[in-house]
Order: sequence, then structure tokens, then C-alpha cells
Amino acid sequence: MSAVLDTHGHDDHAHHPTGIMRWVTTTNHKDIGTMYLWFSFTMFLVGGIMALVIRTELFAPGLQIVDPERFNAMTTYHGLIMVFGAIMPAFVGFANWLIPMQIGAPDMAFPRMNNLSFWLLPPAALLLIVAQFTPGGGAGVGWTMYAPLTVQAPMSMDLTIFAVHILGASSIMGSINIITTILNMRAPGMGLMRIPLFCWTWLITAYLLIAVMPVLAGAVTMTLTDRHFGTTFFNAAGGGDPVLYQHIFWFFGHPEVYIIAIPAFGVISQIIPAFARKPLFGYTSMVYATASIAVLSFLVWAHHMYTVGMPVEGQLYFMYATVLIAVPTGVKVFNWVATMWRGSLTFETPMLFACGFLFLFTMGGFTGLVLSIVPIDVQLHDTYYVVAHFHYVMVAGALFSAFGGIYFWLPKWTGKMYNETLGKWHFWLSFIFFNMTFFVQHFLGLAGMPRRIPDYSLQFTEFNVISSIGAWGFGLSQLLFLYIVVSTIRSGKKAADKQWDGADSLEWTHLPSPPPYHSFETPPVLK
Amino acid sequence: MFGKFARVVAGLSMAAWGVTAHAAYQLNLQTPATKEGVSVHELHTIILVICVVIFIGVFGAMGYAMYAHRKSKGHVAAQFHENTLVEILWTVIPFVILVLIAWPATRTLLAMRDTAQPDLTIKATGYQWKWGYDYLSGEGEGISFLSNLATPADQIHGTAPKGEHYLLEVDNPLVVPVGKKVRVLTTGADVIHSWYVPALAVKQDANPGFIRDTWFRADKEGTYRGQCAELCGKDHGFMPIVVEVVSAEKYTAWVGERTKKVAAAAEDADKVWDLAALKQRGEKVYQTNCVACHQANGMGTPPAFPPLSGSKVVNGPKEAQIALELNGKQGTAMAPFKQLSDTDLAAVITYVRNSWANKTGEVIQPAEIKAARK
Ligand SMILES: [Cu+2]
Repeated sequence: MSAVLDTHGHDDHAHHPTGIMRWVTTTNHKDIGTMYLWFSFTMFLVGGIMALVIRTELFAPGLQIVDPERFNAMTTYHGLIMVFGAIMPAFVGFANWLIPMQIGAPDMAFPRMNNLSFWLLPPAALLLIVAQFTPGGGAGVGWTMYAPLTVQAPMSMDLTIFAVHILGASSIMGSINIITTILNMRAPGMGLMRIPLFCWTWLITAYLLIAVMPVLAGAVTMTLTDRHFGTTFFNAAGGGDPVLYQHIFWFFGHPEVYIIAIPAFGVISQIIPAFARKPLFGYTSMVYATASIAVLSFLVWAHHMYTVGMPVEGQLYFMYATVLIAVPTGVKVFNWVATMWRGSLTFETPMLFACGFLFLFTMGGFTGLVLSIVPIDVQLHDTYYVVAHFHYVMVAGALFSAFGGIYFWLPKWTGKMYNETLGKWHFWLSFIFFNMTFFVQHFLGLAGMPRRIPDYSLQFTEFNVISSIGAWGFGLSQLLFLYIVVSTIRSGKKAADKQWDGADSLEWTHLPSPPPYHSFETPPVLK
Repeated sequence: MFGKFARVVAGLSMAAWGVTAHAAYQLNLQTPATKEGVSVHELHTIILVICVVIFIGVFGAMGYAMYAHRKSKGHVAAQFHENTLVEILWTVIPFVILVLIAWPATRTLLAMRDTAQPDLTIKATGYQWKWGYDYLSGEGEGISFLSNLATPADQIHGTAPKGEHYLLEVDNPLVVPVGKKVRVLTTGADVIHSWYVPALAVKQDANPGFIRDTWFRADKEGTYRGQCAELCGKDHGFMPIVVEVVSAEKYTAWVGERTKKVAAAAEDADKVWDLAALKQRGEKVYQTNCVACHQANGMGTPPAFPPLSGSKVVNGPKEAQIALELNGKQGTAMAPFKQLSDTDLAAVITYVRNSWANKTGEVIQPAEIKAARK
């Protein structure tokens, strides 16, 4: 027996099972990364269909295709699925694929836990989808799940709470894995201030996740016990306070915004230097700006709740702290533009998405500044202005960055090149339809259209028509993306090991395309 | 199925037609009717201009680089990646700009939050899904009423053409005098609502179990329309707010008329009704106040809104139901309805106790409600 083991020795684990069992039992960071990305895209389509139900209902005044309860459920689960099912797993997918390769490690620090953190996601997603078909339908409470509306909600609320618990557990495990990998498994000579910025952004994000996911779990658990076990955390009649929920939720919710945005910054910080053929401007200040955004994100939560009736001193504090975030965010944007300045620029699809990101994310940043000013927010809070604002940050920010990242690394991951012309079409269609959908929503919000309403008064008709047409265009454009990815995998032309001139991280400089199943079994030699 | 499809198509094409028929395309905040609203408007304009200037600066630079520093033009990349002076400048300058913005914002905010010495204090209570108003002090003290959506259901479902103020009209608007400081106390009866009137620059959450306040002083007479701004369940989109700002004389007249009505209703309470008449009146009251939750067929939408048809309370002793209607039920969505007149309450209870599967045969007289109030 021992002789057999000896001859196989180190290579034994390369004999992985095939077929479905390969994916169920895999502990390989590349396989798990791939599964995260496909899962995320599937959820993106599910959440997208919900968005189209919303936009179709809002195409015209009056109730046409769904009743108000179903409409509220759609807004709720569209939000939950996009945030927890699509965007967060997409960036965890990037982290899995890239972090070990970028720091010169063979795999993630805890491969089995890595498998578990992925396989927790499908049951959670299933709970969110099944919730739609339980008696009473999906809970129409908004993705923020404010009490005491949640206490009234049908049983789908309990499924949703359970799903949030599972998603939180998955995120925490993923974060522990990422932190341990980055801190302990860097190749010799790969100092912390040498790791690619993408790794830095994930290191910071992972700490944010560990800090706030338990807080969210606490908030929804309190909701659960208020619903079923006679507690009154959020009920004034029992000494509770409904606003308490909002404080707890947003203590999670504001860092959550950066949990989504910071890895997106990381991806952009890899793409722009590669196509400018010039090192990233201000690497060190980028690291500090990201860290300070993360720290500040814990101190500004109540700017989501200026109208709850907090004391004016509270409003002033949260306003000042919030506008302060504009400084490090500005630094990042300036750094990216300075990286492009006097570079040698080309505009392949990843760079188009990066420029689109820069342009639109900055607009989202500016509307964020407008909303941080309390007297203006009192006008705009809970209107379509806010809806427009956070879609500029989440879609044009995080999603565009993820698309850019996919086009950027697809040649590395698959060893095959995507169709550049179709990629550019995908960008321009997404860019135009995105703006058509969401730019006009600023006007709706300014004019006073509240969010989360299934029907609206007549003066809002025109912009809603435009927005709905844009949403359908945007949704259909994503099928083109699916086609591009699938046809690349099936029949793309061979990609070079270093497909992009200016790319300089280890996965490009030290590994072939596609990289071997186990990369860096011996650490790379760094100059 | 086909009928529904046809309705959808008809609705959608009507809307597409609407685009050409009336072009609203409002691009900015509603015209403010208060001094604070004007300040907010100015503040927004200032910040918008600052943002646009920075935006043009940053993306002008990016656009120039995209044009001039292209590889296809043969531009060779410089290799700089730091510049301490530039980095300090673009940290400090935005900071200074932010301080400059924060200053007028603070001034406006302090004025907006100063609710001291109002001429009139009104409590606005958010219910699922309507607003209730109680005039607590000032001229009109003691007036109290509910304010329901007045848009008929067939307009919402597309079987009748939509009126000019579709979804922004109520049966009883809030009436206030022009030029007077009106303090609005907000609270919720069931879940959180939010009292939002854009032209008055007012939005204040109405939290159940707590009272918060805001205020406005309208400079111009007119009708100002708003909506509930916090998701509050099924009919969140169907609980508008209408504020009628009238001259001092008209306001006094309105107060007089309201007070007379209340007095008339009180006298009315001694009248003895028969079952048919009371049931008929009760059905109307039910349509306005109860149908959103308990449904026209009395089946409710469980679990939050239990059915009335066959309900134990409805078929049990009438005293219990009267108390429930007057006081609501703690910890549930059932709100108190004591703002309704004795006759309306008697009518609706009689209606409920003699409709659907409920056949108590009882007639509840207004006098019984009057007695139960004490
Ligand atoms: Cu409401």
C-alpha cells in the first residue's frame, strides 16, 4: 500500500473525479471561481427578469401585469438577488481565480471551506426563489427589510431570513479564506506593498465582510423573533423601536455598499494600467484611500435615514462624515485618470468598460454627494433620484467593472480570445441602454416620484416610458454577453500567454493561458 | 387570460400615446411654496453646478488623454507613477470645496428643523393605507378626519380614463391657512409611513409608537400634492397627501363648516335606524375605509389581514367588535377608527355583521357607539 502511495505521491490529488462530481467535490480555486461566476450570472438573469417585471408594470400608469403585492415582492427580491446573488458572488469568483495566481500561491488557504462557501449559495438562492411561491407570495418589504412591515409579512419572510443567514455564513467563510491566503501564502519577495491592487481591495473588503455580516444576521434574527417568539425589539408597545432596525441594518448596509464597490475598484485598477501601458498612478495612495473609505464606511450609516426624525445634531454629524468620503473617492478617480494621462492608450473591450465605469461611477458619486446634504435629501429620500443614484453605483460601477474584468481575464482563464467586435457591441449597447434606463430617473425623483410604487400619477409617464424601454434594451443586451462568453469557450481563437501588453501581474507574466490546474506548486522567483 | 392580455396591450398603447398627447418632462424640483423650499432649491443648484464643473474638469482631462495619448497615434507611454504635489492638491482642494458646501447646508438645515412657536399644530397619522389628521392646537382645534385616496378603482385598472390628478386626489384634503407656521406631528398606526409633500419641502417618517415633527409655512395659496414615501405594504402607492392652502378668511369658514358638520353628526347619533338603511350606509363606509385590507368579499388577505366573513369576533358579542373598531388592536395592522362618526361606525359594524357568511341579524344603533366611546 505504502509503495503505491509513494509512487503517486504529490500528484495524487490531480486525479480528480469527472462529471458532476468534479464540481461538487472540487477544492480547486479555479473550479470554485468558475462556479461562483456562473452562479452569479444565473442570478443576474433571475434578478434581471424581476427588474423587467417591475419596468414593464411601470411602463404605463395604472395596474397592468402584476398586483401591488407581487410588485413589492419583485422590488424586494430583485434587490436581494442582485446584491447577494449576483454582484457579491461575481467578485468572490474573481477573488478565487485571481488571488492565488496574483500572489504566487498554489491555491486558497482553506480549499475545503472554499468548496463549502460556494455550495451554501445555491440553497440560499433556492430559498429566495421558492419564497415567491409560498402562501401569501414573496415578502413585499423592500431589500432593506424594514420592521415592522416585516413582522406583518407572510411566511416567505422566514425563508428570506434563513437565506440571508446562509449567505452571511458563506461570505464570512469566503472572507476568512481570502484574508488567510493573502496574509500567509504570498510567494517569497511578494511584500504586502507589492501585491496587485486587486488583492489589496479584496483584503480590505474581506475585513469589512467579517465585521458587518454578523450585524445583518443579528438584525434579521431580531425580526424573526419579533415575528414568532413574542419579542418586541421593533415594537414600541413592548419597549422596542422600529427605527432601531434601521440603525442596525444600515450599520451593515453602508459598508455593504463598499463591499460591492471596493473589489470593483480593484478590477479597474488592474485594467486601466494594462491598456495605458503605464504603471498605476499612486499605488500607495490607492491603498490608503481604499482603507480610509473602508474605515469611514462604518461611521456614516445614518445618512440612509435622515428623515426618521433624529436630532439635528445627529443629522449634522452624519452629513459632515458623509461628505468626507468624497475626498478619498475623488483621489481614486483622479489616480485612474492620471494613470491614463500620457499613456499609450488602446480601447479593447475591457478598457471600454473601465472607462464606462469611471464616467458613470463618478456620476453616481456626484449624486451621492447631492444626497449627502440633509436638506436636499429630505426632498429626494425614497424617490427615484435615490434609485438612479444607487444603480449608477451598483450597475455602472460594480457590474461594468465585473464585465470589464471578465473580458480582461477570459483569455487567461480559458486560453481563448473572445470576439472583440461583439465585445464592443456589448459595451455600447449596455452603456446606452443603461443611461436610457437610469438617467431619466433622476428627473422623476426630482419631480417627486416615490420609489417602490406600482403605479404613478400622470406627470411621471414620459420618463417612465423611456426608462422601461431602456431596461428591456439593457436586459436583452446581456444575452449577447452570454453568447460571447459561450462562443469564446467553445470556439475562441487561441489567446497569448500575455494577451495584454501592459498587464504585469503574475498570472500574465509567469503562467500560460490557460494556467495549469495547479499553478505555482513551487513559488515563482521574483526579481 | 385573453382579457387580461388585451387590457395590458390597451394600457401600454394608451401610455405610448400619452407621450405625445401631454409632455410633462419636468426636469427639476417642483416649484417651492415655502421659504425653506426655496433654500433647498438654491442649495441643489449650487451643488449641481459645482459637480458639473468638476465633472467637466476631470473628464475633459480624460477625454483629452483618450484623444491625444493613443497608441494608434504613436504616443509612447511615460512611466511616472507619483507626484506628491498633485496628490496633495487633489486631496486638499476637494476638502475645501466640501467645507464651502457644508456651510449653507447647515444653515438651511437648522432653519428646517426649528419647529418652535407654530400657529397651528396638526397630527398626521399614517394608516395602512390612508392618512388621518387631528388638529391639536390653533384655530380649528378638535377637528379630526381621515383622508382617503379618491381615485376610483376603475381608473387604476384601466377601465375608465384617468383623471387629471390620478392617484394624487383625496376625499378630505388637509386644509391650512396661508402664511401661518404649521407644525405637523407624524406617527404611524401600524408600520412606518412617511409624510411627503415636495412643494412644501417636507418629508418626515411616521414611526409607529413615536411622534416626530416637521413644519412648513406656505407663502402661496394653492393645492399641493404628495405621497407616502416609505414602503408600507400593498397600497403604499395609493395613499396620497393633499394640502389645500387657503386664505385666512376661507380657513375660518372651513373651520366653521367642519365644526357644524361634527355637531350635526352628534345629533344624528340619537336617530334610530333600521337594518336595510344602516347596511346600505355601512357598505359605503366599508368601501372607503376597510376594503383595502379586508377585501370586498370580506375574505381579507391573511395572515396580516384576517377575513371578516365567518370571523369569531364579528359573529360574537357586539361589544367586543365595537371596542375593536374604536381602539384598534395592539400589535396588529388593525387601526383604531374613532375618527369616524357614531353613525358611520354603527353602519359599518352592522354591515359587516350582516354580510357574506355573517348573519347575526343585529342592528347596531349610533347611540351604542356613543355610549361605548365613554
Ligand atoms: Cu404609507
